[in-house]
Amino acid sequence: MDQYVIGVIVSNVSGVLSRVSGMFTRRGFNIDCLTVGETESSGFSRITVAFRGDDEIKERIVQQLQKLHDVREVEVLNRNETVIRELLLIKVRNKTETRQDIMTAVEIFRSKIVDYSPTALVCELTGETSKIDAFIELLKPYGIMEMCRTGIVAIERGDNCLKTVK
Amino acid sequence: MLISGAKIVVETLIEQGCDTVFGYPGGQVIKLFDELYLCRDRINHILTAHEQGASHAADGYARATGKVGVVIATSGPGATNLVTGIATAYLDSVPMVAITGNVPCSLIGRDSFQEVDIVGVTMPITKHNFIVKNITELADTLRMAFKIAKSGRPGPVLVDIPKDIQVAQCEFEPKNQPVIPAPIPFAPDDKLEKAAELINAAERPYIYFGGGIITGKASGELIALAEKIDAPMGCSLMGLSAVPSDHPLFLGMQGMHGHFASSIAEDEADLVIALGARFSDRATGNKKRFAQNFKIIHIDIDGAELHKNISADLGIKGDIKDAAARLTELAEAKSHPQWHQRISELRSEEKLRTEKALQASYQKSCENCSTSCGNNSLTTEQKLRPYDIIDIISAHAGDSVVATDVGQHQMWAAQRYPLKKPRTFLTSGGLGTMGFGMGAAIGAAIATGKHTVLFTGDGSFGMNLNELATAVSQNIPLVIVIMNNGVLGMVRQWQTLFFDKHYSNTTLARQTDFVKLAEAFGARSTRVFSKDELEKAAAEAFAFNGTYVIDCAVDCDEFVLPMLPPGGSIDDIITDIK
Repeated sequence: MDQYVIGVIVSNVSGVLSRVSGMFTRRGFNIDCLTVGETESSGFSRITVAFRGDDEIKERIVQQLQKLHDVREVEVLNRNETVIRELLLIKVRNKTETRQDIMTAVEIFRSKIVDYSPTALVCELTGETSKIDAFIELLKPYGIMEMCRTGIVAIERGDNCLKTVK
Repeated sequence: MLISGAKIVVETLIEQGCDTVFGYPGGQVIKLFDELYLCRDRINHILTAHEQGASHAADGYARATGKVGVVIATSGPGATNLVTGIATAYLDSVPMVAITGNVPCSLIGRDSFQEVDIVGVTMPITKHNFIVKNITELADTLRMAFKIAKSGRPGPVLVDIPKDIQVAQCEFEPKNQPVIPAPIPFAPDDKLEKAAELINAAERPYIYFGGGIITGKASGELIALAEKIDAPMGCSLMGLSAVPSDHPLFLGMQGMHGHFASSIAEDEADLVIALGARFSDRATGNKKRFAQNFKIIHIDIDGAELHKNISADLGIKGDIKDAAARLTELAEAKSHPQWHQRISELRSEEKLRTEKALQASYQKSCENCSTSCGNNSLTTEQKLRPYDIIDIISAHAGDSVVATDVGQHQMWAAQRYPLKKPRTFLTSGGLGTMGFGMGAAIGAAIATGKHTVLFTGDGSFGMNLNELATAVSQNIPLVIVIMNNGVLGMVRQWQTLFFDKHYSNTTLARQTDFVKLAEAFGARSTRVFSKDELEKAAAEAFAFNGTYVIDCAVDCDEFVLPMLPPGGSIDDIITDIK
């Protein structure tokens, strides 16, 4: 099954996230990740949802989302024409014998160390999901203490825009 | 001028053309009911026995008229009692606005007395819902609720109004007219042209229509299309009444308990044109087997219905009235004599099979019957058969609106009752709500001001019979026909066929005397065992300008036939009982 990424512009009103995520739950669609945040206009938020499914499921999801009163715009983003990013914050053990290896990994992945303490390092990394996955895999042997990732945000290249209704 | 939120609600309802509301008062709507009292000469409030009854009444009012039904309830239990009624309206695309009170904003989220998050509860069963926390948004929110309820594919909308918002004061500017529904998208030309090509090429076209024809006021256009392309028609339960039952091209309801001829004709067609229908599992049976032999054109106002249950070869989103009219123009006039020859054969076979099935159950005795169906002492000729009941009542009912509850009686009525015009058959199709009928019939009778018939069973009637109180106090001309077989007949039928006659909890064996019960509520009533007695009772009931309950004794082992077993297909159709 392919992964699809859709951008959804919604009215910035209370309960809108419940309505959108609730649609997925009650119709039996699975969400890989969902992010929500402000847009350039204060009345609207942008939700990015990634899910796995076939073409038919994708079409049903788009149609059902379009029926929601608070949803203004829905678009399936073409992966080849879209910049997709995720942010990772990961805390690993700071031990003398592994510190240099971690620093090397951080450098190669263009990650950043954003917090340093005698026992722990916090690294920040931005990139596509596959890059984040690879970085986490690499750090595993050094002892991951905790981590969190934002889920993806996505925007189309060029002048294609998900229009917000003015 | 500054007026209270409660008055804004009432003024906005009147502005939206609402003349009747159904509801039940309570602590968090007391201010709203005060305004209803003050405005009682401009808007009529019908007090029901229970909020569920009020929600079904608003639904019945909407189904009978096409207008938006309005129901009002208090917070907490009042609001949750509406839930089944709202879900019923949602599944059948009925325009409804439900208004609930809630605790004051400052108490929300603290598990206050009679507080419930009704917006959260009803999110999946409304088209949209609102909680109003700012009085300046109250009037426009209500207007938007009406707009959403009646735009496109209609449905219920809930507006939750905390008590402090009802009490607060605000400027109100009345509007001159009700909100106009959002414009309906028209079907694109190229798709309709493609549809016409498919229709022109078809040798055995079949039209399957649903409730969308009634909502879209497209009965005339549908019939014109069917006649021009010479296609037989069948429908879903929700489609009933869109086309007169005696139209020569109409084969009746199809599906689980549909007519033999329509179900088989659809299977033998080479093209199915689905109009304003959604291919419910009850209409199609097993989806893998369904549509093996034909192509499908699916036209619906709701794009999300296309390819949802069945993948159509051509899905078209658009207004059904417009699409059917344009399709009729585009399609060539055709005649399919061979196809109609086959249809006639199917009709004859249906007749034979029906007679055979009726005969078979005639000969069955009610032996070992532990139910209270009361038929044991009658000879077979005297017995009241379900179809007899429908025939006798319909002969007296004229153009009455017919409401049903849910179960065997519902299917018998759907199969047999001769319907003449749209909005005369009110039934819970999608949700299958037992207890729907009393409220719906009351709502319809109030909306039309005419005699309304309710077909119900002793099971369904038992669920909301408290609304007899409403019918009597409102002096509603209502003929309630109970098909009383002492069992939950539909489930019993399944138990007979698929569960080795384990009649688990379907034998009611209650000692309820419905005649005394109806009389205790102030209605008239009689119990009948034979056709003659029913004739007499029906004449009396329709001559009486009030509520009349006819308790009909029916054998507990009458079956609804034909039947497609659940999950089965047309190959498994049961038309006879062993």
